[in-house]
Amino acid sequence: MKGRVIAFCCEHSAYPAADLAGRLRLHYSESLRIIRVPCAGRVDVIHMLKAFEKGARAVLVLGCEDGACHHITGNTRARERVEQCQVLLDEARLDGRSVAMHNISPNAPQKFVRIADELVNAKEQSREAI
Amino acid sequence: MIIAERKPMEEIEESVAEYKKVLVAGCGTCVTVCWAGGEKEVGILASQLRLARGAAGNEIVTLETTVERQCEKEMVTEIKDKVAEADAVLSLACGSGVQTMAELFDDKPVLPAVNTTFIGMPEREGLWVEMCGACGDCFLDRTGGVCPMVRCAKGLLNGPCGGTRKGGMCEIDPDKDCAWVLVHRRLEKQGRLDLMREYVTPKNFRAVRRPGKVQAAKA
Repeated sequence: MKGRVIAFCCEHSAYPAADLAGRLRLHYSESLRIIRVPCAGRVDVIHMLKAFEKGARAVLVLGCEDGACHHITGNTRARERVEQCQVLLDEARLDGRSVAMHNISPNAPQKFVRIADELVNAKEQSREAI
Repeated sequence: MIIAERKPMEEIEESVAEYKKVLVAGCGTCVTVCWAGGEKEVGILASQLRLARGAAGNEIVTLETTVERQCEKEMVTEIKDKVAEADAVLSLACGSGVQTMAELFDDKPVLPAVNTTFIGMPEREGLWVEMCGACGDCFLDRTGGVCPMVRCAKGLLNGPCGGTRKGGMCEIDPDKDCAWVLVHRRLEKQGRLDLMREYVTPKNFRAVRRPGKVQAAKA
């Protein structure tokens, strides 16, 4: 998992978007690793922290668009947890911006690719800066 | 229940700075309910410590455990093997739990990772408010079950102070209810407003003997 960007993808939105991106042959960074979850709300702070412990460079949590969560409030809970994780990472003197939450609909493969590439590029630039 | 808050990360890190293997011990009762020291918080703190120390090139090994009640010797004894393995114990229990642990394992440093703050109740999700000052001389029977000792900013036994704001809010903190307005409303509802006119004599603080001890009546 060293150097990877981990994307927790909700199976009702981000995962189908990633799947569609694949079927459309859209290219996204090969350092992205997708973990399919039943809902973004299933992703807990400890899952994100463990990803960093295993060597991940960044973590993405991708859930349904606001108001469209299959499990009603999973995406809002996920956002709160991501914000909590950012604070915890800052406390541990790591970069809290390494974890981010985005809302995505299942028919938005371009958005999926853009989000993934933006984060991967940002992390690569910050690594070069060091 | 007892309410606690996690200490700042720098303070926790400083307290375990000299140890290589630390047992992070949570408590499954009060501090679990107030999100300060349950199983979940144990996992998060242990992970944060590993990340912080790892990034600093000073790796730490963490063991994790959560005892049902850290203030009961019988329950704490169950984790003696894990304690023996560690250089120090980082306890996320209240002050009573930390001391129980320290008494049982007096050859190990037991370090607190939370600040025990008060006896309270949850008002809504994620918010706890102080309800009891554990004064040892309860007079809730005369105040309609509202304790002005802790819920009045001035701790008045005979109130209100006269500075109550419009809407029954506190003079000192306009976001808080005036405890004496709450007392009045409650007694009014119960038809016991006459109690408001009774003078409450200064509290017998001698009733609180430190350290406190309560002996239950034999069954």
